[in-house]
Amino acid sequence: MIRYVLRRLLQLIPVFFGTTFLIYVLVWAVPGDPFSGKCGQTACPQAYIAQMTEKFHLGDNVFVQYFKYLGSLFTGDWGETFNGTSVGELIATSYPITLRLAVVAVVIEAVIGLTAGVLTGLRGKGFLDNLVLVSTTFLISLPVFVTAIVLQLALGSNGLGLIEASVSDNPSVGELIVPGIALGSLSMAYVARLSRTSIAENRRADYVRTAIAKGQPNSRVVGVHLLRNSVIPVLTFLGTDLGALMGGAIVTEGVFNINGLGGLIFRGIQNRESATVVGVVVLLVVVYLLMSLIVDLLYAVLDPRIRYD
Amino acid sequence: MRRSRRLWGPTVVMTSLALVLAACGGGSGSSTGSGGADPDGAVSIYGTEPQNSLVPTNTNELGGTKAVQPMFATLVGFKGADAQPFNLMADSITTTDSKVYDIKIKQGWKFHDGTEVKAHNFVDAWNYGAYAPNGQLNTDFYSNIQGYKDVHPADENAKPATDKMSGLVTKGDYEFQVTLDAPFSVFSIKIGYTAFAPLPDSFFKDPKGFEQHPIGNGPLKFVSRTPNQDIKLTRFDDYKGDDKVHFKDLDIKIYTSQETAYQDLLSGRVDFMEALPPSAVAGGKYKADLGDRLVTGHLLGISTIAVPYYVPGYDNLELRKAISMAIDRAQITKTVMNDTYVPADGYISQGIPGARPGVCQFCKFDPAGAKEAFAKSGFKGKLTIASNADGGRKEPLVAACNSIKNTLGVECDFVPATDFGQWRSIVTGKKLTGMGRSDWSADYPSIEDFLNPIYKTGGSSNDSSYSNAAVDAALAKADGTADKDAAVKLYQQAEDLIAKDLPSIPVWDEKGVAAKSKNLKSAALDFRRMPDYPSIEVLKK
Repeated sequence: MIRYVLRRLLQLIPVFFGTTFLIYVLVWAVPGDPFSGKCGQTACPQAYIAQMTEKFHLGDNVFVQYFKYLGSLFTGDWGETFNGTSVGELIATSYPITLRLAVVAVVIEAVIGLTAGVLTGLRGKGFLDNLVLVSTTFLISLPVFVTAIVLQLALGSNGLGLIEASVSDNPSVGELIVPGIALGSLSMAYVARLSRTSIAENRRADYVRTAIAKGQPNSRVVGVHLLRNSVIPVLTFLGTDLGALMGGAIVTEGVFNINGLGGLIFRGIQNRESATVVGVVVLLVVVYLLMSLIVDLLYAVLDPRIRYD
Repeated sequence: MRRSRRLWGPTVVMTSLALVLAACGGGSGSSTGSGGADPDGAVSIYGTEPQNSLVPTNTNELGGTKAVQPMFATLVGFKGADAQPFNLMADSITTTDSKVYDIKIKQGWKFHDGTEVKAHNFVDAWNYGAYAPNGQLNTDFYSNIQGYKDVHPADENAKPATDKMSGLVTKGDYEFQVTLDAPFSVFSIKIGYTAFAPLPDSFFKDPKGFEQHPIGNGPLKFVSRTPNQDIKLTRFDDYKGDDKVHFKDLDIKIYTSQETAYQDLLSGRVDFMEALPPSAVAGGKYKADLGDRLVTGHLLGISTIAVPYYVPGYDNLELRKAISMAIDRAQITKTVMNDTYVPADGYISQGIPGARPGVCQFCKFDPAGAKEAFAKSGFKGKLTIASNADGGRKEPLVAACNSIKNTLGVECDFVPATDFGQWRSIVTGKKLTGMGRSDWSADYPSIEDFLNPIYKTGGSSNDSSYSNAAVDAALAKADGTADKDAAVKLYQQAEDLIAKDLPSIPVWDEKGVAAKSKNLKSAALDFRRMPDYPSIEVLKK
């Protein structure tokens, strides 16, 4: 087990370098001059461009730039944005908010998605099954920004007046529920479908029949025997989804004006602030890798047949 | 199977969710004022993340200016709807030849850290802004001060010999003298631009620290800043200027989406927005949404369509006349722009001293004249208008293109660029392949600022690559005329010459449509598209 964890952790290193390098090159390879729109209708003064070029090593070849960037990253310096704000500071203020939002979204998708999936999986065809199928198809076909804007308009001051259009600077969990629904709606539909299929499949498995034949109470058969096996694919999905949600919050955070990592990436791309984009993406990569490691380790807990080494 | 009661599962979840939602929402609509103004009220305005540090010499876009401008008081201020210049920190500005300006400043004014504002604070700030190695964005504004070339050599690799401009001489604690390279009659208005604000001594000791906590001499002082979240300012009670504010705290809230900010404005969570999102302008929805909370102003800016001389086939006066006469400005500003713009018929924004109606005689919609001119031009092929397509820029230009197409019977296409940055790099790189949007907003309210940068040979924003020796001479003559009224007349003569050549086609002039929330008693929009801070009054709760 420990050897497995170590091996996985070692695997993180090449993945880390590969992804950060790709992102760095991609962000800087965007054609055009990052300073062209900075000075309004007139061109930027040469002195300004020269100073910024020097500061961000833009005169160097992209490989040299990357290693200079990595060098400062390992000394704990995430770099600076064009307006002189430290990227590390930006990340420090915004990640707790995104994390909170992502957890709210995961809880919503797990609770609603799993409930719907288990109920329909157990009951098979019928009204409820059709209802879940239709509603999940509907959710899957809607892009997140549509869901978010529709929720904002329908529940905001123009509609039912239940929520404010924007979320406050340091939002409470209550304020994040609607953005969480918008963010988690797509995955919620997938969770419902995944768990429905896997429950329906396992419902006829031998071990379930044995458990029933042994005279175990229904709640135990479903809750312990059936769910524990069926939840593995769902868990894989939910685990990596937490990583995806932290990055995927770009749209939702933009709509509800949440000052999180998604918003940081959004602004970074808009203003061509590669330091911000690369910094946040590096962080997301690490979150992703760690989440998938945790999920893999959880398999063994859920299904003793799965062993490592 | 007795599981039918499980049907209640999702229902229970959904119901409890709805209850939670109901509990955490609400709370709006509780503040109807009794009519009086609250001198200690708090105001929150819509903001965007500043693109640069909050130092006057390095701030030129709206997001940063919104915070920097009220924090600093310049020598000259601008008052009222027509932005009349008045002496703010200056006691007197005198010149006999428009070349040497003697500036006396008022005594007893303080920076927010308690030190007195003295003449050397201006001189030091301008020298800092001009010195090339400091790489300040607004450096061009000092370029006509004598000695600028010594601190800012044209060759970017050359090391400047000195960091002081010879044209700036401190004559005492409250007096300094500015000598320009050549006479420039508008200098006494130009120094009202934020880049000419004084900087306290503490800035030069630690510029980096200053960026974290700017210290100015204006009506509002810095409290705190959270990147991407807000900038907080509060009233500076020792302020001596005429543009005092009538509220206590200012919160510049940073939004990623204008749409969300607009909804917050309607519900009273943010108090002022200087521009409306395209969705609110569409169909004139804003008029119904806002009612008496609509704030209109007059922005000192103008939209034109540049016809670049370097594009083959476009260097043709008859073609430019034909295009100009083929655009139905009145209809487009009414239907596509929903009355947020008015048709333009000159090169200077309406409302600036010296602007005259009807300067551009080809700016009236005249289908017959347009067809005739087009036939004379002998132009073959397709017309294009290029612009960045975001922020509602696309629709009016598509409409203009259609108007040209319908009138002249020639193909006309709108060519989009992805964003403003890409768009400007096309224009400054002289890579236009047809006409291009060329909007201009004034840095300071003067007729000069609408002509020199755009139509002088090699001007910083001469998008058409226009060059006419007679225009250059007329502009130079106007620059060198000390008498203000005489100078305005000379600038008008230059404008008349430009109108004959039609290097760019004036199309519309932005009115400026802003909005205030129900928490504000009054608010106005200034010529820079900024909230006019002294006009804001908060309703008593």
